[in-house]
Amino acid sequence: MSTARIDVKGGGAGPARSSPSPRRRFTVKTGLTMLAFLAPAFIFVGVFVYYPMLVGSQMAFRQWSLWDLTSTPWIGLGNFRTLLADPLFPRVMLNSLIWVVGSLIPQLLLGFLIALALRRKFRFRGLYQAVVFYPWAVSGFLIGILFRWMFNSEFGVINDLLMRVGLINAPVPWLADPQLALLAVIIANIWYGVTFFAIMILAALQSVPDEMYEAAALDGANRWRTLFRVTIPTIRSTLMLTVLLRIIWIFNFPDIIYGMTGGGPGNRTQIVTTWMIQYTQQGEYGLASALGFIVVGVLVIFTGAYLALLTQRGTK
Amino acid sequence: MINRDPFALKLTKIIGLLIWMIITLFPLYWIALTSFKPASQIAEYPVRYWPRQFSLENYASLFQKSQFGTYLINSIVVSSSAALVATVIALLSAYVLARFSFRGKGTIMLAFLVTQMIPAFIALGPLYQMFTHLGLVDSRFGLVLVYVAITIPFSTIMLRGFFDNVPDSLEEAAMVDGCSRFTALWRVLVPVMTPGIVATFIFNFVNSWNELFLAVTLINSDSRKTIPTALNGFISSFNIEWGPMSAAAVLTILPTMVLFAFASRWIVAGLTAGATKG
Repeated sequence: MSTARIDVKGGGAGPARSSPSPRRRFTVKTGLTMLAFLAPAFIFVGVFVYYPMLVGSQMAFRQWSLWDLTSTPWIGLGNFRTLLADPLFPRVMLNSLIWVVGSLIPQLLLGFLIALALRRKFRFRGLYQAVVFYPWAVSGFLIGILFRWMFNSEFGVINDLLMRVGLINAPVPWLADPQLALLAVIIANIWYGVTFFAIMILAALQSVPDEMYEAAALDGANRWRTLFRVTIPTIRSTLMLTVLLRIIWIFNFPDIIYGMTGGGPGNRTQIVTTWMIQYTQQGEYGLASALGFIVVGVLVIFTGAYLALLTQRGTK
Repeated sequence: MINRDPFALKLTKIIGLLIWMIITLFPLYWIALTSFKPASQIAEYPVRYWPRQFSLENYASLFQKSQFGTYLINSIVVSSSAALVATVIALLSAYVLARFSFRGKGTIMLAFLVTQMIPAFIALGPLYQMFTHLGLVDSRFGLVLVYVAITIPFSTIMLRGFFDNVPDSLEEAAMVDGCSRFTALWRVLVPVMTPGIVATFIFNFVNSWNELFLAVTLINSDSRKTIPTALNGFISSFNIEWGPMSAAAVLTILPTMVLFAFASRWIVAGLTAGATKG
């Protein structure tokens, strides 16, 4: 049975890769079969993902609270005005920005270093990857709980380690301190995301043909030059795309914060999506939905600008 | 083999990788350690890195004080049924997307990708309202339906990548021999793609197993809670009992970790392919 072992490793154009099928005219029967194959996916995604999202989007323009379902009047941009007038709004936006940038850059740098270290095959590489890969199997929420315990001010292991090393003299109330809480949740998020970058970048690195390194070596380029002149330019587009996807993902990712601080203390770790969840749990669907619009709006504008910049630089 | 790494570089790499491995594994070690400490040693300062004695009292109290056994069964039932249904449905749609070119295909892929970009909890409120009308609030069946829906898009993208690695000629030969398209898919393609399909199933299982916000919104009764919903209850209480909490965390992480380790190679292949094709 195992004669047709397929090579699922991305990148290499193995012999098993099929040539794109020539465009053919479908018979009615084939067309119907295709439709029948696609229908279940369409129905599920349509009914349970797109339909609620559409319903939700009109809630953003209504006064819509679970506590008073008798009247959900149309109030235009009223919810948006309420949000923008909330003194919390600028704080949440700033927190979100710090959360994204502060998590992304260390994740990218550390992930890159690990990927570089893993590029050449060595005996336990597969095992190593499988081991450091495990955080992916754990939910962000549970990771938040784990770090909440490790950052515990009284019995937390992080304080203990820092005191043993001599970096602090007394236990620090990480998650209760308005100045430190955001740093603590970002540290947890960095830890969680590095592996993702490492694996994505490693996949990209493995797509760089060996001949390019050989050519660089023949030209007498040292390792640094090779890294900056050959490796990075070759994987640039994959890298930029991964960074974009990651920014969107981190921006949308409330789970760690929810598990660690719930947005506290005093909203110091509140980001847009944790705020949205808070409104949803309070039954304020109108305000939650308006926040959702802001999230999507910010992401659409950002993605547009990012891609525009990228293609502009690419064509130069 | 081109120019080999000098010894110093090799050593730096090894040390760096080892440090990262320790950092990665430490939280897991720490929660497992906490779960095996007797209650008196959990709240102890300075912290102990190896307990004086191991005890299972946290696990015992977890199952006695809460209905953790029930949560565990709920999670297993909900996640495995959702993953199974989603994988089968995604297999069908991925097949069409991989094998045919037709107008609107790009739009379909985009519609699937968009669901990955927009946070699922935008739909929380409306979904709750919709489920109230349908009588699906506080129902495990309802939860399965939603989990199927949210895991289909990415499974489709992932499976499509696996289909691309299998030559067309395989099922065409079967169809020349008189198989219907479905039989060809089922009898010829599925056996060849088993690792990819299993990886997709595991990926879906883990995602449903870990899902929190939908479950918290849609499930109320204690007897229907999944594990994340129960954990949410634990950490919402004023005084978190870290002993049973850590035992619960270990029992939550363990099954998914084992599954992932088993399929990590194919999941990585599927994820990287999915991301680069997008």
